Amino acid sequence: MARAGKVKIDRERCKGCALCSAFCPKKIIKPSGDVNSFGYHPAEVRDLKNCTGCGICALVCPDVAIIITRKEEAA
Amino acid sequence: MANTLFVRPETLTPDPFHYCPGCGHGIIHRLVAEVIDELGVRETTIGVASVGCSVLAYKYFNFDMQQAAHGRAPAVATGIKRVLPDRVVFTYQGDGDLASIGLAEIVHAAARGEKITVIFVNNANYGMTGGQMAPTTLPGQKTTTSPAGRSVDQAGYPIRVSEMLATLDGPAYIARVSIHNPPQIFKAKKAIRKAFETQLRGTGFTLVEVLSSCPTNWGMKPAEAFSWLEKNMLPYFPLGEYKAASGVSQDD
Repeated sequence: MARAGKVKIDRERCKGCALCSAFCPKKIIKPSGDVNSFGYHPAEVRDLKNCTGCGICALVCPDVAIIITRKEEAA
Repeated sequence: MANTLFVRPETLTPDPFHYCPGCGHGIIHRLVAEVIDELGVRETTIGVASVGCSVLAYKYFNFDMQQAAHGRAPAVATGIKRVLPDRVVFTYQGDGDLASIGLAEIVHAAARGEKITVIFVNNANYGMTGGQMAPTTLPGQKTTTSPAGRSVDQAGYPIRVSEMLATLDGPAYIARVSIHNPPQIFKAKKAIRKAFETQLRGTGFTLVEVLSSCPTNWGMKPAEAFSWLEKNMLPYFPLGEYKAASGVSQDD
């Protein structure tokens, strides 16, 4: 069973603090080059196929801007 | 089949937090909200906010909130709990509020064994007013009012609130936790849950001191601030349970 995660980031809640990217075990979540309406660089997942849905980014997010779903797939 | 692993707790309102990027308050608010959701006590919970950055906590928690004068949250919570003993009553206070102007209120609420829960956020400075030295500022730590570092000759030593209150007979549960990495966030949530469960059993005063960061006033990036916390605050403020009444599960 491979595990595929899905990370949904609320761009307007994100303040670009980058705690998610500091703790992401796969190092695939990073502040983007865009700006949101507050002028922050919201986080984005660069390589979603490597996401396992471990939830660490959401756990450390101080703005509760991340929602995680995980799909169990037959390998 | 897709499982939702992480969603916003129902106990948090949709309002975005006003806190600075990377501030620990958001994580601690969420942990409190998750515990209230899990215990199913949202309709009977009353929170008391302090003065400090968390002064606006009433905007974010989706239950009844009261706002106390600076440092007086434990006294206000005492009144609420005595009039409405069937409610879950907690205060959410920072170190400037609880350990300085509110020291008398917290010590006496603990000594009286008031059946309330205190979430005490220790980030080693006064965050809201611009990073001044607090009673919890570490020796040598630079703040806006100790630009050469806290001098213990002049300003004395930081107060270890958890250890101090644990010497009293009134408290039933006192723990110090931290949120500087994912495992510690899980432990912090467990301690907050134990504190609320202890209040529900009505055995005494409960307090959870949460070590947190203040990246803006410390002048660090959020991840650096967590490293600084781990390296500098943990040796002075050791983590652990300082008081746990019998009947509290010790399943760490």
